[in-house]
Amino acid sequence: MHGWNGQILRVNLSTGKIATEPLDPQIAHDYLGARGLGTKFMADEVDPKVDPLSPENKLIFAPGPLTGTYAPSGGRYEVVTKGALTGAIAASNSGGVWGPELKFAGYDMLILEGKAPKPVYLWIKDATVEIHDATHIWGKTVPDTTDAIRAETDEDAKIACIGPAGENLVRFACVMNDFHRAAGRSGTGAVMGSKNLKAVAVVGTGGVSCADNAAFERAVLKARDKIQKHPVGGTGLRLYGTDVLTNILNQIGAYPTRNFQTGYFPTADKIGGESLAANQLQRPKGCFSCIISCGRVTKVTNKKFAGEGEGPEYESAWALGGDCGVDDLDAVTKANYLCNEYGMDTITMGTTIACAMELYEKSIITRDETGIPLEWGNAEAMVEAVRLTGTGEGFGKKLALGSYRLADSYGHPELSMSVKKQEMPAYDARAIQGIGLNYATANCGAAHVRGYTISPEVLGVPMKVDKDEIEGKPELVITFQNLTAALDATGACLFTTFGIGADELAEMLSSLTGITYTTEDFMKCGDRIWNLERLWNLRAGLTAKDDALPSRLLKEPIPTGASKGEVSRLPELLPRYYELRGWDDGGVPTPSKLQALGLAT
Amino acid sequence: MAKMLMINPDKCTGCHDCELACSMVHESVFRPDATRVHVYTWEREGFSVPMMCQHCRDAPCITVCTPHALTRDPETGWVNLDEAKCIGCKMCVQACPFGNAVWDELTHKILKCDLCGGDPACAKWCPSQAIEWVDDVAATRTRKRAFAAKFKEVFSE
Repeated sequence: MHGWNGQILRVNLSTGKIATEPLDPQIAHDYLGARGLGTKFMADEVDPKVDPLSPENKLIFAPGPLTGTYAPSGGRYEVVTKGALTGAIAASNSGGVWGPELKFAGYDMLILEGKAPKPVYLWIKDATVEIHDATHIWGKTVPDTTDAIRAETDEDAKIACIGPAGENLVRFACVMNDFHRAAGRSGTGAVMGSKNLKAVAVVGTGGVSCADNAAFERAVLKARDKIQKHPVGGTGLRLYGTDVLTNILNQIGAYPTRNFQTGYFPTADKIGGESLAANQLQRPKGCFSCIISCGRVTKVTNKKFAGEGEGPEYESAWALGGDCGVDDLDAVTKANYLCNEYGMDTITMGTTIACAMELYEKSIITRDETGIPLEWGNAEAMVEAVRLTGTGEGFGKKLALGSYRLADSYGHPELSMSVKKQEMPAYDARAIQGIGLNYATANCGAAHVRGYTISPEVLGVPMKVDKDEIEGKPELVITFQNLTAALDATGACLFTTFGIGADELAEMLSSLTGITYTTEDFMKCGDRIWNLERLWNLRAGLTAKDDALPSRLLKEPIPTGASKGEVSRLPELLPRYYELRGWDDGGVPTPSKLQALGLAT
Repeated sequence: MAKMLMINPDKCTGCHDCELACSMVHESVFRPDATRVHVYTWEREGFSVPMMCQHCRDAPCITVCTPHALTRDPETGWVNLDEAKCIGCKMCVQACPFGNAVWDELTHKILKCDLCGGDPACAKWCPSQAIEWVDDVAATRTRKRAFAAKFKEVFSE
């Protein structure tokens, strides 16, 4: 096989059994890799009704066929599991250099099963795979864990690990790799913690082969050129990072503020990408094979919030910033560092604090319980709330539940700005109709990275679409969702779509693997992955009722800013979406749809 | 005029594209372990440095190479490796002060930059100009001027 190694590594942490097995070429063909391959194995091997934190859940790490090659920004991997936050299928994507290293070690996928009897880490050096004791590392932060395991294994080892948050089963703990990169959402780190698995350390000395070197080089150079010439992919993200979006979204009144109470934050520019570049940026940083370099190496000198590390990116700056009414960039960046060190998803962390701030504002919770003044805009309290959650102290134990379980425990689930218990990110669905439909239908719970219709609806990429219009939006959302599912499965970064699309991805995939993928074949892979995720969720017990937005977005018009008066028109969009998807009124894929995708049983 | 590979670590984003291009050109595979350029990253500081053979004027690797596999090209001045003559004694690995002659366990050979015969792939594929293939006199002057500018900043305050 070219592109793929043709080999899967399976480790049972309960029994200590380590085995390799061949990758079925037909499955590779149909599901590509990463998100697709992981989902296929979850569907075949894991009962969707299991408790996500039980040994019966599995944790899958999977790079894609492009991972490890010089395909532009193609070095990613996916963590696939049943989400601890959501109970839905979770597929969290991460960059850095860890995914390619697993490829170079000889594996297309790592499947972790069971639960270790005591804390352990996995050490993979090519064909040598060992389970090591991690009792002495348990409790350490992500950077300290990385240093400690390198000292014991190899100074060049690439480390994916959890911090204290994953150990403490914080519902939105993430898997961190290479110090600063996160398979961020849905609680992948809590699943890892529940398995007593502290880290996976990898050194790979092998390579990834290509079916047609010359054709692949041509396809890659063409794709690179398109991305590099694009104003967002080639220039904007390198200069300002993703946080460049802050002012753009705020100006159109789609910047969710104070737990989505409004869509406009008057002082948002203080935490935007331009401010970040002027005050904290040391240099841009790229993941493996990345030509975009949206990563931010930053430093905060302000004594109160001093530190250095990476980030924040847009969603993090918004969640820990505007959504909490905080406009202190130093505090936001410090909170971001803490999330990375403890291993927590910045989006759910920030939005859960925002939810708590609204509970506090409404006197549903008081200072006696929180111990900190959770007032809107209180930067010190926001940072302290992050620290408490990471260390599992005081009110941090409640915040560790995520906003849905937190608000629900006080009888106010409607104050959680979430879908399928996962919090919405930084685009107000009242002001941008397509993204609301995407939030409601995303299989992992609310996420922007499942169907990023912000590109056409706000940025005009690849074409400008009226954000307030609902006509044509179900079609748009489905196209973006299918494209993203296929793209994720290749190992490419979503940001490559600022420059290229399915044509270029299919061309690179074909010349790399030697299997011809037309654009239609490629998009069909995405459709297949999407529907398989959907089937898994339905079997887990989710229904069409879970394809819903918080009532605030449907009933409370945005009170201020450029999108004043707007609400989400999701109920008008959903029936058409189901119909176009080939699903029945209850959101269940029809037999003929499953037949067409090769998913019929 | 002679050309050289100029490394600008402050521009390096740590993407490893140079390694991938190098291994594809020389070994027809994407394999960072089989490259003649290596990128080292300090994640805490977010700093990366690409390293490759400097083609030294007084090259210790040539001095210690008993079978004369390593020689200096009289025209270009480059340090060339003749793989057919190499006996795999690894003396060059011992001698290189920069660690830029590397023994590859998988292919059992020495990996050393050959400047791709005058069109180095690492520089061509680097997306951030952290590695540049440039005229050596102009490049050293540019570097000097950049540091002079830093002095100016400090002393003119």
